[in-house]
Amino acid sequence: MGFIGKGLLDGMVVTARNFVGSYFDKERLVTVQYPEERVQTPENSRTFPFLVYDDNKNPVDTMRCVACKICETECPPQCIYIVMDRDEKGKPRQRPKVFDIDTSVCMQCQICVEVCPFDAIKMDNDYEKSRYGRFDELVEHLPDLLKSNEYYGRIKPTEATVVDAKLKAEKEKKAKKAAPAGAKPPTGSKS
Amino acid sequence: MAIPILFVLSVFLGIFAYTTLVERKALGRIQNRFGPNRVGRWGILQPIADGLKLLIKEDIVPRRADQFVHFLAPVIAVIPSILLFSVVPVGTRLVPVDLNIGILFAFAVSTVSVLALFMGGWASRNKFSLLGAMRAVAQVVSYEVPMVLAAVAVVMAVGSLSTLRIARAQSGGILNVTNWFVFRPWGFVGFVLFTIGAMAESARTPFDIPEAESEIIAGYHTEYSGFKFALFQMGEYLASIAMAGITVTMFLGGYNGPGSGPGWVGGLISMFWFFIKLAFMIVLNIWIRGTWPRVRVDQLLGFAWKVLLPMSIANIVAVGMWHYLTFRPLAWVATTLWLVLWFVTLSKLAATENVAPRTYRYAS
Ligand code: SF4
Ligand code: SF4
Repeated sequence: MGFIGKGLLDGMVVTARNFVGSYFDKERLVTVQYPEERVQTPENSRTFPFLVYDDNKNPVDTMRCVACKICETECPPQCIYIVMDRDEKGKPRQRPKVFDIDTSVCMQCQICVEVCPFDAIKMDNDYEKSRYGRFDELVEHLPDLLKSNEYYGRIKPTEATVVDAKLKAEKEKKAKKAAPAGAKPPTGSKS
Repeated sequence: MAIPILFVLSVFLGIFAYTTLVERKALGRIQNRFGPNRVGRWGILQPIADGLKLLIKEDIVPRRADQFVHFLAPVIAVIPSILLFSVVPVGTRLVPVDLNIGILFAFAVSTVSVLALFMGGWASRNKFSLLGAMRAVAQVVSYEVPMVLAAVAVVMAVGSLSTLRIARAQSGGILNVTNWFVFRPWGFVGFVLFTIGAMAESARTPFDIPEAESEIIAGYHTEYSGFKFALFQMGEYLASIAMAGITVTMFLGGYNGPGSGPGWVGGLISMFWFFIKLAFMIVLNIWIRGTWPRVRVDQLLGFAWKVLLPMSIANIVAVGMWHYLTFRPLAWVATTLWLVLWFVTLSKLAATENVAPRTYRYAS
């Protein structure tokens, strides 16, 4: 039996059920109280790139990046800026002096990661990147970008295991090749 | 007289502040959210934070707006809403002003607020504001009619326009409850009509056509910011609270309830009942706001003129019957039948209304 306003009353029953239910049924309240609670981000989620180094004691010397500038060239929006580090005589030190990523421009495409031949740059999943300014504050410099390999292993375990295995295999091959030539055994300058 | 007025002003402004919080909380829960919970425990300080925020916000006036009228509109929006409280009897010992034309005064004053809405919309020199203002005028003018006619039923039954006498007429009976007008056939219908009218008059969802966000941004207060915007909101909330108070006085027995009486203790108890009923009306308003979708403009006006108006006129006839059929059981049966008959007829008429299928000119 319908009469004018029956649908309206039915609707009010539904909202009343929601109202009461939200106090008793934890399933209903899907809100995550952000600063106190966080959702676990999926392993493959990504935000901005960072540079990997191997030795916690000496990040600058053990970073994998050799400043080859491939990523700088490939980055579609051109948000990477690299200056090679040189010693007094102008000889390249095979590491960047300046490595800037403008996070206001970066579109998180991961292309820099794909093209890097040295597994030196990887995608981070840290999403709390808000800053108080629009310009300089959003540019990440070398010290901000350097993060350890353990960190990488922590945020992306699966991917990191593959990369570690690959790097280890490469190193062993190099060592084997170097050994017959009579050179001294490789005691990790870059381990 | 000064003490009741001060009391009413401060208490109702406090109620206003916390209505906004309760509303946001309840709407949140209805949508399975938390609602404000950051400022203080359960967001208890949220109204203060909101007030501060609005106070220190930049006040932007469009360059080509009519500066004076633009400034005046929010002020005019608040004043009638506050004046409305002056005729609401809060307790047996607490009536701000006992006007012998209280109901008339309430209607006269509450209609002034539409002037403010129109001034605001007109002075902003903004199409959306103007549209909102036009809608507000059309809506308030239409809903005023059934609302006043619903009140006329009560005035006829009591024989007085004074809100205090209306409240007194509902005392007595079992536990001071059975004489409330809402427990009469005509009173119940009048209550529903009046509540709908009051909701439309204070432009609350489902009748928030004048400020329909999804259609015309914010209607008449599109161009208002900072505290002027707050004043508009305040006027609207205060008006709806005051209308709830008048509804309580006219239909829900006012301050009457078990234990209310003329003495000091009875007076305090009567205030308790009044505020309980007021809270009930406010919660009902919020609940409805959280549930019902906004009506269309044509539906809105059609509903006012084709359903509410005939119903309220039938209701006046019902009060007449009630008055002349002094044998009560007969009066009950007769008025109930009469009103149900009208309700069914109007439902049928409204349901069979032919609406031509819409034709879209640009979208296929
Ligand atoms: S991150 Fe990789 S690709 Fe980019 S400069 Fe360093 S080594 Fe080259
Ligand atoms: S993720 Fe894409 S946009 Fe960002 S730095 Fe790497 S290549 Fe450039």
